[in-house]
Amino acid sequence: MADPVKLTIDGIAVEAAPGTLLIEVAREMGKEIPAFCYYEGLTQVAACRMCLVEIDGMPKLMTACTQPVGEGMVVRTETPKLAEARKGTLEFLLTNHPLDCPVCDKGGECELQDMVFRYGAAESRYVEIKHHHEEQQWSPVVYFDPARCILCYRCVRVCSEGMGVNALGIVQRGAYAEIAPNHTDHLNCDECGACIDICPVGALTSDSYRYQTRPWEMNHVGTVCTHCSNGCKTTLGVRNDQILRGNNRDRSGINGEFLCVKGRYAFDFNESDERLTTPMIRKGGKLEPASWSDAIRFVAGKFKQVADAGRRIGVVGSARTTNEENYYLQKFARQVLGTQSIDHQRSGDVVTLLDALAGRQNALATVEDLYQSKAVLVIGTDLAQQHPLLHWQIRANWRHHGAHTYSVTAGPVREDQHTVGAVRAAEGQEIAALEQLRAQLAAEAELAIVFGDSVKGDAVRQLVAFGDSLGIPVKYVCLVDYVNSRGALDMGLTPELEPGYRAAADRGMTLPQMLADEHLAALWVVNADPLRDGALAAKDAFVVVQDLFLTATAQRADVVLPSASLYEKQGTVTNVCGEVQRLKKAAQTMGAKADLEIIGLIAKEMGAAAKMGPWMADKVFTEVQQVVAGYNVPLPVLATGGAAQTAPPSAKIGVETDPALIRSARDTLFTSGTLGSYSRKLDSLLESPGSLYQGEDALALTAQ
Amino acid sequence: MTLPPELEQKFSEIIGKYPPQHKRSALVPLLLYSQDALGKITPELVTEVARRVGVFPVQVEEVLTYYSMLHFPKPMGKYHVQICTNVSCQLTGGPELWERACKKLGLGHKEVSADGLISLEEVECIGACSWAPAIQINYDFHHFVTPEKLDELLDNLRQLQ
Ligand code: SF4
Ligand code: SF4
Ligand code: SF4
Ligand code: FES
Ligand code: FES
Repeated sequence: MADPVKLTIDGIAVEAAPGTLLIEVAREMGKEIPAFCYYEGLTQVAACRMCLVEIDGMPKLMTACTQPVGEGMVVRTETPKLAEARKGTLEFLLTNHPLDCPVCDKGGECELQDMVFRYGAAESRYVEIKHHHEEQQWSPVVYFDPARCILCYRCVRVCSEGMGVNALGIVQRGAYAEIAPNHTDHLNCDECGACIDICPVGALTSDSYRYQTRPWEMNHVGTVCTHCSNGCKTTLGVRNDQILRGNNRDRSGINGEFLCVKGRYAFDFNESDERLTTPMIRKGGKLEPASWSDAIRFVAGKFKQVADAGRRIGVVGSARTTNEENYYLQKFARQVLGTQSIDHQRSGDVVTLLDALAGRQNALATVEDLYQSKAVLVIGTDLAQQHPLLHWQIRANWRHHGAHTYSVTAGPVREDQHTVGAVRAAEGQEIAALEQLRAQLAAEAELAIVFGDSVKGDAVRQLVAFGDSLGIPVKYVCLVDYVNSRGALDMGLTPELEPGYRAAADRGMTLPQMLADEHLAALWVVNADPLRDGALAAKDAFVVVQDLFLTATAQRADVVLPSASLYEKQGTVTNVCGEVQRLKKAAQTMGAKADLEIIGLIAKEMGAAAKMGPWMADKVFTEVQQVVAGYNVPLPVLATGGAAQTAPPSAKIGVETDPALIRSARDTLFTSGTLGSYSRKLDSLLESPGSLYQGEDALALTAQ
Repeated sequence: MTLPPELEQKFSEIIGKYPPQHKRSALVPLLLYSQDALGKITPELVTEVARRVGVFPVQVEEVLTYYSMLHFPKPMGKYHVQICTNVSCQLTGGPELWERACKKLGLGHKEVSADGLISLEEVECIGACSWAPAIQINYDFHHFVTPEKLDELLDNLRQLQ
């Protein structure tokens, strides 16, 4: 590294790496140089002139957001002259500003308000009529109020640089300049809301949040997005048990401030009118409301009867329940119900990957690795649609570090914008196509490989062999669908593998086998919907369903028990990269219970409470840490909202699993399995339900 | 969008002047040239130009709306009359010329005659201060314009048709 540069800021001697911007050095020192257009991670535009500083020997005030440190530089960041300059800038910004703070969503957390408060530019010498332009709705998500805009370009840059969508521009000029959407009067975009969150003022607002509340009236609860497997940390704004907004402005967690449309807006399923709020028991062919105690007693009685008679019970777990719940469920199934028939819908061949890596350390990439690795190879997935955070990371890696991106996909993907090697290959043909990239890849210093569900079974082993043959360090990410798809596998929600990928002593039925078994006596489905596109052969099977909604499976149930959502639970989830994060309960729905509690109550009713242990998330996690290999992660990391990667099994797993069981739901950016179908917001979007491999077309290059 | 052959050729010529990694620099010349050749800039053309220089259509719109000599989305007339009312011209009768032109043509700022022949625009300094008041019709400058000269110029436009 080059020698550090020595300089003085406000009389304090500091050192910084050459090229560091003054504003960054000052921030490191705890000095907040005011800035609107400067934004960490985005390019510099020096458009707002708020960050002016005095530098000895330079006749004019300089913008700290573009001025790199210089040897011997003497800088002052707070002087009367600067205060005057900043005040002047603010006065200009306010000339056409409507000053409608009392009704503006941003009131209380507005950067313009804060600055005017700091520099006291409340008085205006501008007496002309303000230029005004009415507020516009650009999509079911995005609203724009031009009068409030201070033209900082943050929204434009986050959309083009960060997202790669390029849906926003600035049209006209001077006092008439304003932000414009890509389709004249509306947007066709990812609807991620990044532009809204990044806006320092209330110019861009979201349909979900606008005019709902004041920011200080909410509780801000940091938890994990309940949709895809990427596991973004989200901070929910909650008032009276109602989730009003989702964002991550504090940049905590693996995703920084990134969230996709689902994380930011598709929390509305939680308040859907169709949420189940009372248990139901089938009476005379109809599901009738029942009390919790009656329902639990009924289920426990039936389970006991079936188990005692030695008849077959199938248990279907979920990719959307917590690790604790999944662990507890399989323990219950295996130890209390005495069945090995436990499964869930698998969406990626994690098992074969772990087996092929045979205990190798440092071979599984984290979300951070995708931002750091010098090269990334994407196979068989449309990341921008299916794994938005991973796409964001890889793009940021390219933007900030010039990382090389390669892809082998069935159609155009957004990485094409910066790819150095893109190969098109039909699903299932990806591994053969890899050879075309061999020479290029072997010349890289390191590689992170991300692969989708079309690479499974033997193909995974071939992929690892290919990685090995490159002779460079390679890390892998096996993509899975939902927030805890990975955790479900880790916790042993398969008939062939117990928690921590230990081979099961005797194998029960897989999910398709359960559905096809005419003699199945009971089926217990926890937050899954296998009958959405499957049929149950056992006509008389006693079916218990725990879910948020009356799904196809729930409609067939004999007992339906209303579950709490992930936003209403404590516990942990494990993301696509095997990183464990802790949930925080943000809200609650009257009548619904966390699945852990429901399982616990059934256990208690069956007299198995002692065997199962307390149904408290913390207690169960302690057991998970002891029992499940790899889960002995540092608790302080979890407690402070961080993510801790689990260790892979220490040797080959040595259990054959059937690749045919692996099937991703192929959700797009605008669908999310069962939850997605109960999100009005997702449903209302022009882009919904979206499709994969549309690449640039999806960005609507055919504008207007 | 398929371009007329002459325009197509002009496009390759203009884009060819820039290094491939900087072909977006061809944006303004392409737009100006298309506007002259086609008489207007349509949304289809915006998309086409964006594709050719490798930017997004909204970025083309940014440029189109920034530069006052590019007219989008509303095209101007075949003869675009631009009257300067900035300082030098203001002191030497520019505003009067503007009023007169408005009245004579029955048009206001950035309005186009029903037949699409003539349009009017009040512009800022066109760099002809030494010869103020100045007006510009398409690319032609007219200096020291008097009310009579203005009438004559405008009448001529009708005849040119
Ligand atoms: S919501 Fe649309 S316009 Fe805004 S940043 Fe996301 S993709 Fe861009
Ligand atoms: S809308 Fe907001 S983020 Fe975008 S330029 Fe205006 S003030 Fe900045
Ligand atoms: S990328 Fe996945 S985890 Fe992140 S906000 Fe979107 S759906 Fe949620
Ligand atoms: S922050 Fe430096 S000019 Fe805007
Ligand atoms: S002011 Fe009219 S040409 Fe300069």
